Amino acid sequence: MPAIAMEGLTKVYPTGQRALDALDLEVKEGEFLVLVGPSGCGKTTALRLVAGLEEPTGGVLRIGDRDVTHLPPKDRDVAMVFQHYALYPHMTIEANMAFPLRTRRLPKAAVRAKVLEVARLLDLEPVLGRKPAQLSGGQRQRVAMGRAIVREPAVFLMDEPLSNLDAKLRVQMRAELLRLQRRLGTATLYVTHDQVEAMTMGDRVAVLRGGVLQQCDTPHALYQRPANLFVAGFLGTPAMNLFRAQLAEDGQRLRLGSQQLPLPPEVLATRPALAPYRGRTVAVGIRPEHLALGATGAPATLRAEVALVEALGAEQLVHFTLDAPAQPVEDRAGRPGEEPAPLRLEQTGATGTARVGPDEAVRVGSTVEFGLDPATLQFFDPEGGQALWA
Amino acid sequence: MAARRRAATRGTFPGWLLPLALILPELVVVGLFFLYPAARVVEDSVTASNAFGLSSRFVGLANFRALFSGGDELHSLEVTALFVGVTTLVAMALGLFLAVQVEQLGRSRVLFRTLFVWPYAVPAAIGGTLWLFLFEPGIGPGARLLADLGVRWNFALHGPQAMVLVMAIFVWQQVGYNLLFYLAALQGVPSEFQEAAQVDGAGKLRTFWRVVFPLLGPTTFFLLVMDLLAGLFGSFAVVDLVTQGGPAGATSFLVYQLYRDGFVNSNANLAAAETIVLLVIAGVLTVFQFRFLNRRVHYR
Ligand SMILES: Nc1ncnc2c1ncn2[C@@H]1O[C@H](COP(=O)(O)OP(=O)(O)OP(=O)(O)O)[C@@H](O)[C@H]1O
Ligand SMILES: [Mg+2]
Repeated sequence: MPAIAMEGLTKVYPTGQRALDALDLEVKEGEFLVLVGPSGCGKTTALRLVAGLEEPTGGVLRIGDRDVTHLPPKDRDVAMVFQHYALYPHMTIEANMAFPLRTRRLPKAAVRAKVLEVARLLDLEPVLGRKPAQLSGGQRQRVAMGRAIVREPAVFLMDEPLSNLDAKLRVQMRAELLRLQRRLGTATLYVTHDQVEAMTMGDRVAVLRGGVLQQCDTPHALYQRPANLFVAGFLGTPAMNLFRAQLAEDGQRLRLGSQQLPLPPEVLATRPALAPYRGRTVAVGIRPEHLALGATGAPATLRAEVALVEALGAEQLVHFTLDAPAQPVEDRAGRPGEEPAPLRLEQTGATGTARVGPDEAVRVGSTVEFGLDPATLQFFDPEGGQALWA
Repeated sequence: MAARRRAATRGTFPGWLLPLALILPELVVVGLFFLYPAARVVEDSVTASNAFGLSSRFVGLANFRALFSGGDELHSLEVTALFVGVTTLVAMALGLFLAVQVEQLGRSRVLFRTLFVWPYAVPAAIGGTLWLFLFEPGIGPGARLLADLGVRWNFALHGPQAMVLVMAIFVWQQVGYNLLFYLAALQGVPSEFQEAAQVDGAGKLRTFWRVVFPLLGPTTFFLLVMDLLAGLFGSFAVVDLVTQGGPAGATSFLVYQLYRDGFVNSNANLAAAETIVLLVIAGVLTVFQFRFLNRRVHYR
């Protein structure tokens, strides 16, 4: 039995905004599920629906074995961590954490014992007597967590709980939060627009776009086999390189601008959905780490002109241009890509990125040859965007 | 430190002659219309004049002792306390209750807000006349309704009835003011807090009393002081119009009593003592207000 089950969950706001469209999603018992997507894609809406702070316009919501679709928030047994924490400013930290217990009329001594226990767990004991305004951002974040866990709810809901912290603290809290969730084993629905956070934290990650679920799978599966162009472009830093290419009639070659990439038979064999695209245009995706400098021995090579080199210490990002057409795709902020280019192959000037070792000498303006393995290529329908696998 | 820095960045004038010349008009106005009369009131309050006001002598705190030693004046203090206490409590509770109701309205919010604030905007004389018309014993529709309910209504005879009527009129006027401030304050409470409380398992009432109401603290405190002051000073017009302090001094509040002592009974010294008492109360309230308002603002 899943901890949370959303079935066709839909929310149309009175303004007519269809914020969530028939969302089918399950959070399993003990699972950490991350809901990710660009701004305005309906993440918060989904969370608020689960919490009961919004009434769905369609669909069914179950928490555990109960249909809670129309129950008020207080009867749902969920705890929520708000983006700005929503700590009660007039109460001490102790009172804040005790609040969810006090509403259940538990005896005072039991409340105090439980609050102390959680405060110890979160290292908040020294600040129990303070007011929220007297805490640092990280401490406030922990208090918000504490207030959520004292009650031992059926599920945790978190709306970008780390987005108010500075970068270093964010990374630290990520691990801390995850450790806590593992320890408590409470099913968690976690919302973020940060794809790195999603990939590093989620048992599974659900990618949302315009209120529609794109794909829900493990971070590994999402990265290896994105279901469509949007997911492919959204996950991964730097983003996947996407070009338009022509698949030869025999399926043995891929024309990328003026260049030809040989495709071994396995490529088509493992991707039955690609077969109908022989002699047609496809979108091809190449992860930056799959482009290697020093093409000797590589099954295929790609020539490109270096436009910019970013040295990051452990690696270098080589930004290049290619005489092939770009595949337009919505960017991470949810802004649509440029007008989909007509399916011609003559345009040039697509840009891409490669991830190379820190010691490679790469000169801006030079032409380099990248080696790559065609088996790592990803293919998509250039207009519908769906991945071409089975 | 911060204050010094601020002072340093502010422009300063050299010497003292020019600054003095610049603030002279203000000093004259304050001196003539505030300090001088105030000094005279203080002087009057510690002296006794003969019936013609021609000679006076220092009597120390005798006037104040007279105030607190019984008779009309002590009674006045008592009814004032009752009136101010009850009207403040009722006007604030009602203002808060109505503000919460109005806040939940959608588009009609502006309409209701306007309606409720109306009595506050109407001059007290007009409002008082209206109520007088409604509750004129034996004639007014309100009075007849009360008579039908078995109340022997005649506020000109029954002290408690006069008190209730004056209180009702005053509350009716003051509620709109309180509502306005509470409404603004309610709209300033981030909905996140209420939502958090709901998810934390609190019902509507608990959410309100434990989360929303405390966050309205600064407004409550401000209104408490304002309503107390309004009750102390603002009740004059209504009392003068409706009961003239009667029957038998039942509604002769301090402001009204001092007017009667000063201008009807021609006892300027007693009136001065009463004025001092009022001013001290007002002063204390105001200081209190400034002290606390600066400190007790909660969020963000
Ligand atoms: N109360 C509301 N009334 C009308 N439209 C709303 C309301 N709340 C959200 N929306 C709209 O619904 C869509 C989804 O909003 P939502 O807040 O769920 O996005 P989000 O994914 O959480 O975005 P972000 O990452 O910016 O927080 C947006 O287009 C938003 O403008
Ligand atoms: Mg959001």
